[in-house]
Amino acid sequence: MSILVNRATRVICQGFTGSQGTLHSEQALAYGTQLVGGVTPGKGGSYHLGLPVFDSVRVAVEETNANATVIYVPAAYCKDSILEAIDAGIELIVCITEGIPTLDMLEVKACIGIAGARLIGPNCPGVITPGECKIGIMPGDIHLPGKVGVVSRSGTLTYEAVKQTTDKGYGQTTCVGIGGDPIPGTHFVDVLGLFQQDDATEAVVMVGEIGGTAEEEAAEFIKTEVRKPVVAYIAGVTAPPGKRMGHAGAIIAGGKGTAHEKFTALEAAGVRTVKSLADIGEALAEVTGWE
Amino acid sequence: MNLHEYQAKRLFADYGLPVSVGYAVDTPDEAVAAAERIGGTAWVCKVQVHAGGRGNAGGVQLVDSTDEVRSFAERWLGTRLVTVQTDEDGQPVNQIYIEARTGIERELYLGAVIDRSSSRIVVMASKDGGVEIEKVAEETPEKIFRVPIDPFVGAQSFQGRDMAFQLGMEGNQVSQFTNLFNNLMNLFIKLDCSLVEINPLVITDAGDVHCLDAKINVDGNALYRQDGLRSMRDISQEDAREVQADAFGLNYVALDGDIGCMVNGAGLAMGTMDLVKLHGGNPANFLDVGGGASQEAVAEAFKIILSDTNVRAVLINIFGGIVSCATIAEGIIAAIEEIGVGVPVVVRFEGNSADRGSDRLAASGLNLIAASSLVDAAEKAISAAGGSA
Repeated sequence: MSILVNRATRVICQGFTGSQGTLHSEQALAYGTQLVGGVTPGKGGSYHLGLPVFDSVRVAVEETNANATVIYVPAAYCKDSILEAIDAGIELIVCITEGIPTLDMLEVKACIGIAGARLIGPNCPGVITPGECKIGIMPGDIHLPGKVGVVSRSGTLTYEAVKQTTDKGYGQTTCVGIGGDPIPGTHFVDVLGLFQQDDATEAVVMVGEIGGTAEEEAAEFIKTEVRKPVVAYIAGVTAPPGKRMGHAGAIIAGGKGTAHEKFTALEAAGVRTVKSLADIGEALAEVTGWE
Repeated sequence: MNLHEYQAKRLFADYGLPVSVGYAVDTPDEAVAAAERIGGTAWVCKVQVHAGGRGNAGGVQLVDSTDEVRSFAERWLGTRLVTVQTDEDGQPVNQIYIEARTGIERELYLGAVIDRSSSRIVVMASKDGGVEIEKVAEETPEKIFRVPIDPFVGAQSFQGRDMAFQLGMEGNQVSQFTNLFNNLMNLFIKLDCSLVEINPLVITDAGDVHCLDAKINVDGNALYRQDGLRSMRDISQEDAREVQADAFGLNYVALDGDIGCMVNGAGLAMGTMDLVKLHGGNPANFLDVGGGASQEAVAEAFKIILSDTNVRAVLINIFGGIVSCATIAEGIIAAIEEIGVGVPVVVRFEGNSADRGSDRLAASGLNLIAASSLVDAAEKAISAAGGSA
């Protein structure tokens, strides 16, 4: 078992014929993802990487029965692309692109809610269920099918966490990069709820960072809803207030959103926190009793 | 992106928000001329810097003669203002703003921000104006009135009216405030703001609602569609190294330690700083060199890191994802050969072809210290910088 994606997931790529779309579609195909086509307006009817290209998501869905999409289009066009995917009835939309205007995301988020679709990202590495389906830019070979659910706001920091669970031999059920933007499509609590319901997920690693209150909300949720061990790491203890640390969402504003507050909230919820990102695998061993 | 008060007030006026007549000037003569053009005998002089706390730092003064206007301009133009929100060097004062003085009956607070939890723009108001709103929010949250704005239907007049009544307004003030509320939200959305603050919003002695201060932050990700705002950026108010990094698409934030950090990915860059600190060192900066860590990016990153004279060692932490560490190693070697690096460089590779990358560095003959793990990297960097780890 896993969450969000598995070997039955039928994926299309929006921005398929662009450089990013091409590079990461090749990687996804090599990994075994069931990529069934792509969308580039104006190139419908042609083939790319041996797969059909469509002019619109609507036609792509009609022709391929896709139920997931990954978006690599430039930030200025992402709102349109996400809304197009929602309109075509896609259930899972993964947006990798960084730099989408926040006001665009407020509208997108409201549409997602009304349509009942799920958006992962933007500004994220994507979603992977090891050995089955890789949607996004993460390196496939550091993953291992297994029993840990990973959810994170950061890309390379996720890879560190994944690598440690792979090196320990625990492996992952699914890894979800929810992204570094202030308005993400999916929050920690959404993914934590899915991991709680997934029988194969025996423990969860959560990687947060400064800015906003998503980790505090996750702590409240864990306290009442999550019955599995959770290990959490928060990046940005040394981040100065008022400075944006690379990610649009990683900023301590008005004294709020510090790593300290997040650690405290998570610890109060019974979460095992680690102050060093090198300790994630070890902490997981301790809280689960795994060899 | 932050705007100056005078820029924000110009935009306020464009969107029908009530502001005083005023002019931004950069010489004492212009300051006097501006006061004369405004007329009357009572003005306010305000230094224009990207920082709050100007009033307490002496950067805002009520004046009653053009001589005082001149001496304020002479006192501040070309100097730096240090406030509780700046570092010890302060912010350069290149302009001052002269505006007509307003008689104040009472001071209120009005602001709009993007609330991350509810994914809505939220308008906030309080009867306690002129003070730090964060403090009010912390100590007496019940004193802040909040209105969420629906992204599809936008601000509604009933929301403005309700807020006006909660703020204790009466008579004409209610309709004045409702207009202001609607105009504020119009401005917020049309200009892709991330924050707009009017602190204080005042009731004048004539009983009118009036914006005495104006603060606008614009969403940097939306500048591509805000032609009129891009030219308002004032890089003199920003850290020079951050501006330079930005020009090359790098994210850099200066800190006060001695270990320069070059990392691929924002989260890992923060995590690396934290690790250095945890092991007893002090990071000199945050720097995300980008997922691919290309030779050009690495070379620019070195230049920026080394322009900080406090840096005594550089820690490069790379998790090779799609891009192989061997490729990144070539970039690091070429960058070091290109610019020359006089301090010890510790490199930790993980992920894609990490071993090949490390071998390549070892064979280069350059003074590079290979680290075998995250902790090893932090400890070696600290000891290379002369600290004990």
